Amino acid sequence: MMNQEGGRRDLQSTDQICLAARGVTKIYPGTVALDKVDFNVYRGKVNVLIGENGAGKSTLMKIIAGIEQPTEGKIFLNGEEIHLHNTRDAAAKGIGIIHQELNLFPNLNVYQNIFMAREATKYGIVLDNKKHKEKARELLEKLEHPISPEAMVSELRVGQQQIVEIAKTMAQQDLHVLIMDEPTSSLSAAEVEVLFRIIGELKEQGISIVYISHRLEEIMRIGDYVTILRDGRLIAEEEIKNIDIPWIVKNMVGHSKTKTIKKQTEVKGKELLRVESLTLPRKGGGYTLDKVSFSLREGEILGVYGLLGAGRTELIETLMGMHPEATGDIYLEGKKIKPRFIWEQIQRGFAHIPEDRQREGLVQTLSIAKNLTLSSLSNYTKGFHLVQNKEDESITKIIQDLSIKVADRKLPILSLSGGNQQKVVIGKGILTSPKILLLDEPTRGIDVGAKAEVFDIIGKFALQGLGIIVVSSELKEVISISDRVIVLSNGKLTGEFRGDEITEQALVGASAAGHNYCYAQHT
Amino acid sequence: MNGLLNINNNSAVKKNNTSIGILLLKARTFIALIVLIIVFSILSPNFLTAQSLILVAKHVALYAIMGIGMTAVIISGGIDLSVGSVVGLSGMIAGGLIYQGLVLNTFGVTIYFNVLVIMFIAAMLGVLVGAVNGILVSKFKVAAFIATLGTMYIARGFALIRSGGETFPNLVGKPELGNTGFPLLGAGSVLGIPISIWIMIVIGAVTAYIFKKTPLGWHIFAVGGNEKAALLSGIRVNRVKMFVYMFSGFCSAIVGLIVSSQLVAAHPATGESWEMNAIAAAVLGGTSMSGGVGTIGGTLIGAFVIGVLNDGMIMLGVSEFWQMVIKGIVIIVAVIVDQFQRDLENKLALQTRNNSH
Repeated sequence: MMNQEGGRRDLQSTDQICLAARGVTKIYPGTVALDKVDFNVYRGKVNVLIGENGAGKSTLMKIIAGIEQPTEGKIFLNGEEIHLHNTRDAAAKGIGIIHQELNLFPNLNVYQNIFMAREATKYGIVLDNKKHKEKARELLEKLEHPISPEAMVSELRVGQQQIVEIAKTMAQQDLHVLIMDEPTSSLSAAEVEVLFRIIGELKEQGISIVYISHRLEEIMRIGDYVTILRDGRLIAEEEIKNIDIPWIVKNMVGHSKTKTIKKQTEVKGKELLRVESLTLPRKGGGYTLDKVSFSLREGEILGVYGLLGAGRTELIETLMGMHPEATGDIYLEGKKIKPRFIWEQIQRGFAHIPEDRQREGLVQTLSIAKNLTLSSLSNYTKGFHLVQNKEDESITKIIQDLSIKVADRKLPILSLSGGNQQKVVIGKGILTSPKILLLDEPTRGIDVGAKAEVFDIIGKFALQGLGIIVVSSELKEVISISDRVIVLSNGKLTGEFRGDEITEQALVGASAAGHNYCYAQHT
Repeated sequence: MNGLLNINNNSAVKKNNTSIGILLLKARTFIALIVLIIVFSILSPNFLTAQSLILVAKHVALYAIMGIGMTAVIISGGIDLSVGSVVGLSGMIAGGLIYQGLVLNTFGVTIYFNVLVIMFIAAMLGVLVGAVNGILVSKFKVAAFIATLGTMYIARGFALIRSGGETFPNLVGKPELGNTGFPLLGAGSVLGIPISIWIMIVIGAVTAYIFKKTPLGWHIFAVGGNEKAALLSGIRVNRVKMFVYMFSGFCSAIVGLIVSSQLVAAHPATGESWEMNAIAAAVLGGTSMSGGVGTIGGTLIGAFVIGVLNDGMIMLGVSEFWQMVIKGIVIIVAVIVDQFQRDLENKLALQTRNNSH
């Protein structure tokens, strides 16, 4: 600890600091979110802020972005003390933020979103939409995502929306500091490459980046400086070139914790699910899923990898009965089924952990307990009467099984951390006693520790004989957890790998098939 | 480390204060009701007599029964504007069947039903209007506000068409036709308590049971809290929506029967703008207009506040115009305080989350 303190002082002595927080303390009633934290943002560098969920990085970020005001402490921009009362103040000082949870207007189109509240006008009154469209197109082309400026945001995939969010910030004039909160959490590998290139360009323009991420490999690649928070306190600040991943993990969690990596073995259970030439037409021509065939065995973890828009999520949705218009044959334990309704698929033994926890997984107005039993309530009834004891037993068991950290199960779901909320969503699925578990990006936006726990949970249920399909855009995650991986590209199945064949090169190669421009970037 | 401990100690004290605060906030409508009763009994000596209290309770029962149906709809994330018209329509159908009977011109006969059969028909008619609302909202994805606005006009129109705008008077029935006994619903009492109040208690208890102790109840809360998540959890969202609208239609049809029985006459304009009282009762009782939150107990207290306020102001001789202004203010203040409480609770939830780290 003392050495690092010394190191930090040295770093501070440089005059390369664009924005500095000094002794920032933030006390919420009942908790100290930040405890006298110093934070330096180096000019034209990527400054990584890292820590487990609840370490205080969101709070610190919110203070810098003017969303929250510190209880104590000062913020300096280019050596001058500044007071940020709201986001408008921050924007005027050239501080921009890209939130992890997207802040877009789904009911408006792309250019309206990008220029919201900084509209260009003719004669100061009439909107200059021609200019908006031009500029939006320019920005999106720079981001290598030629999304139509007139497309409705609600019709874009999550990853594309993220690009719009980035474009929105880049449209800001005189940007000095750009805060990115887990910008890659919903991006595919190719999109991450684009983002990293954009970050490089921003750096060259002298813009300082504050980068928050849980993906350690990514941090090592892109970061210049790293600041680690733990329990609201500054633990360390270091130049990335002087450190390695174990050092980060050690400082983050307080002790070295390594990710459990599942040994890949050939699974010999009997066939649970067989899908033959599953086809889902796309609105406006083409196919979202194009003759996809695969099978799943008992106890097997099947990874599904692919770029954004490859059809990963749609594959899961079709299996859950959300696209009854899909054609093709699906056999569950040898019997042909036609997925039409979600409730029917759940009865047949499918459980679905959706991609977007807040919007699709949880009912925020219900308690932790009720969120857990929501899918399986009919299991605890006598006639139509809900038997409290039966329900409570199940809840207690699942909380133990998944080691969900719950103070009181009657509290609102909001009282849990992201990782524990995700475990609740998984628990809800497990309580329906499924045969097949479909997980769509199960570790999105949760910290390293929680990620490892989610992996453990998945492994445990595979051992119990469940067939598991995991969709992920995080390469290392797919590789470490799957027994077998199928790769989708443009709706087609372009590769199937097992055992030693599962390598980053193989997956990336297959995921780029049919995406010539993407492939070119990778080679 | 010491500093941190101190802060935690302070916060424990603070937390106690906030929980007392939340308790007071939660009971606010009840407290408001007590205050109202005290104020009115001081200002108007007649207010606290058994006679006027029963009169107030009878009015309250009407708002409460409609409010219970409305609460179910609002919790599911919808709204039902048609309830007032259903009150009128159900009264007119029942009144017509008693007064004129069912005239079959082709056969040249008129059929008179037993009063219980008539009540059943009227109640089922309410369910039917609710079913139409439900189909519009779930199958055709019409916004609940618009769908029920439409059925509000349609039901009111049919109520007027039924009699050409006339009143069906003197609904006592004739012994030789075997259709007597209708006024009992409004005038009768069991154990000294009017039947309408018993109906309110029964419907309230059954609904509270459904809300707390059946999967259907929780599904209603889930649909209103997050429809997408409910759908993905395997809840048959359309069925849940059908149920709440049909239930709301049923409740208002019952109210229509009670009112026409109390008046011993059916007037087609009965129940005009009563949907606002039902919504107000639900909202005063803490039902969130964005869905997912609400209780039957709250709605009952809300209905009492509206009823006491109404009747108390009438007894005091407050002008009808001022009554409107005061009611409006009460509703707005209630919603503001409700929002305040919700923010406070969210803050507390986030605190426990932060503390657990």
